[in-house]
Amino acid sequence: MIEFQQVTKRYGSDHTALKQVNFHLDRGELAFLTGHSGAGKSTLLKLIMLMERPSAGQVVVGGQVLNNMPRRQVPYIRRHIGVVFQNHQLLFDRTVFDNVALPLEVMGVPTRDIGRRVRAALDKVGLLSKEKMNPMQLSGGEQQRVGIARAVVNKPPLLLADEPTGNLDPELSADIMHLFEQFSQVGVTVLIASHDISLIHDMGRRTLTLEHGRLVNGGSALGGMAHGH
Amino acid sequence: MATEPTRPRQQGRGAAQSRSEARDVAGSYLAHHRKVARESGRRLWQAPVASLMTWLVMGVAMAMPVALLLLLTSLEGVSAGWESSARITTYLTDNLSLEQAQALRLEVGSRGDVDDVELIDRDSALAEFRATSGLADALDYLDENPLPHTLLVTPPETGRTAAGVERLAAELEALPGVARVQVDLGWLQRLNVMTQLLARAVWVLALLLGCAVILVIGNTIRLAIENRRDEILVVKLVGGTDAFVRRPFLYTGVWFGLGGGLVAWFLLELSLWWLSGPIERLAALYHSNFALSGLPLDGALALLVFAMLLGWLGAWLAVKRHLDAIEPGVPAGS
Ligand SMILES: Nc1ncnc2c1ncn2[C@@H]1O[C@H](COP(=O)(O)OP(=O)(O)O)[C@@H](O)[C@H]1O
Ligand SMILES: [Mg+2]
Repeated sequence: MIEFQQVTKRYGSDHTALKQVNFHLDRGELAFLTGHSGAGKSTLLKLIMLMERPSAGQVVVGGQVLNNMPRRQVPYIRRHIGVVFQNHQLLFDRTVFDNVALPLEVMGVPTRDIGRRVRAALDKVGLLSKEKMNPMQLSGGEQQRVGIARAVVNKPPLLLADEPTGNLDPELSADIMHLFEQFSQVGVTVLIASHDISLIHDMGRRTLTLEHGRLVNGGSALGGMAHGH
Repeated sequence: MATEPTRPRQQGRGAAQSRSEARDVAGSYLAHHRKVARESGRRLWQAPVASLMTWLVMGVAMAMPVALLLLLTSLEGVSAGWESSARITTYLTDNLSLEQAQALRLEVGSRGDVDDVELIDRDSALAEFRATSGLADALDYLDENPLPHTLLVTPPETGRTAAGVERLAAELEALPGVARVQVDLGWLQRLNVMTQLLARAVWVLALLLGCAVILVIGNTIRLAIENRRDEILVVKLVGGTDAFVRRPFLYTGVWFGLGGGLVAWFLLELSLWWLSGPIERLAALYHSNFALSGLPLDGALALLVFAMLLGWLGAWLAVKRHLDAIEPGVPAGS
C-alpha cells in the first residue's frame, strides 16, 4: 500500500529531514511511526499526502508513483487518504455534520447519500447524537473523534494520523487507538505518527522508528541494508 | 467557471450502474453550484455594510462612463438632426433687383445638387427681422432697408454631408450676383471633432474605471480568502480541486458585480430623471431637438452582464494570485 524507496527529503540546501528511508506497508496493516521531536515523522506523512515532494527516491502509494504526479492530480490522490491531525483542523463556522460531510462534498457525492454516510461515520466514532452541535462545544477527545470521522467518511483505503493523541489523557488516547485498530481490521492501512512510547508499546504493533531522519527500526530487510551503508 | 468533474476511480462496475452514477455526479455537481452560489450570496448579506460599500464604489465607477456614453449618443443625435435640415443661406449683392434675384433663384434651383431654393426678398426679410429682433425702433431710424435678397438653398438628401454642403457652398459663392454664403458647418465640424474627442476620453475613462472595479473586487476577494484560510486548507487536504476551492470566491465576485451593476443602473436612472426637466427647457430655448437618451432595457441588461463579468474577472485574478498559494504545508506536531 505504501512503499518508500531510498527516500531523502531536504528542506532548503542544508537541512535533511529524511535520509534514504526504505519501508513497505501492506494493505490492512497498522503501524506506528515514532522518534524524537524533529526526527522527521511529520515530513514522512507529508510526503505520502503530497504536501511535500521527495528530494530523492520514490514514494509509491496504492501502486502509484507520486514523485512526478502533476499538481492537478493531487486532489484525486488525497481523496484516497484520510488524515487526522493533533490539532484536528475542524472548522468552527459549521456543525459537526458539515465538518464530516466536507470530503464527500468535495468528491461530488449526491446530497441524499451524504446524510447516510456522514451518520455512519459519526456512529462509528460514537458521536451520532452530536451531529448538529458546533465542534467548539465538544471536548478535546470528542473533537479528535470528529476529525477521525471526517478522515474515514469516504472509506479511504489508507489512514494517516499525526500525533492524534497529543493533547489527550492516556485513557482517551487508548480509546482513539482502539478506534484505529478497528479500521485496520476492516482492511484499512493505518500509519500513526506518535512519540507516546508507552502507548505504542501497549499496542504491540509494528513500529517504524526514525532518528534524525534515518529509519533505524521497523523498516524492511532492504531498509536495514540501506542503513548499513 | 473552471470545471473539473470528479472522476470515479473505482473500476470493474457494471456499465448501467456507472451511467446512472455519472448522472448522479452531474446532478450533484449542479446542486453544488447552486448551493455555492446561494451561500456566497448569503455571506454578502451577512456583512451588509461592507457589501454595500463595495457595491456603491462599483456602481459609481461604472455609472460614470455609461453616463458619458449616453451623453455622447445624445450629441450624435443633435448633429444628425442638423444635417437633415441643412440649408445654405446665400446673400445676394445689394444692387440686384428682385427680377434678377428671381432669375438667379431659377438658375440655382435647376442645379442637380440642389433640392429646393426659397427666395426671401429684402422687404420680407426686413419685416421678419423687425418682428423677431426687437430692434423695430432702431430700424425706424434707417433711411433704407440694409438687408439684401436672400436665397435659402437646401441640398438634396444625398448631398447633406459636411463635405458635400461645403462644396455646394463654394460653388454658390462663385456665382455672379452672390455676395456671401453662410453655412453653419463651422459648429457642426466643431461638434463632430468634440464628439470624437469625447468618445475617446470616455473609452479611456471606461478602461481606467473598469480596471479600478477589477482591483476593488480583487482586493475584497483577497480579504475574503484570508478570512477563510483555514477552510481552504482543510478543503485542499481532503482532496478539493482548485476549481472547487475557487468556486465560492468566483461566485462572490459575480454577486459583487451584479450588485454594482444594479447600483450603476439606479444611479443612471436617477440622474436622468433629475436632469431631464432642465435639459428639455434648455433644448427648447435653443430650438434644438437635443434630448438626453436613457438606458434602454437591453443596454441595462448588458450593463449588468458586463458588471458580473468584471466581478468574476476581479475575483479570478485575486484567486489566481492568492488562493493557489495556500497549500496545506505544516500540520501539527512537528
Ligand atoms: N517546512 C519546513 N521547512 C524547513 N524545515 C522543516 C520544515 N518542516 C520540517 N522541517 C524540519 O525538518 C525536521 C523534521 O521535522 P518533522 O518532520 O516535523 O519532525 P517530527 O514530526 O518528527 O517532529 C525538523 O528538524 C524540522 O525543523
Ligand atoms: Mg511532527
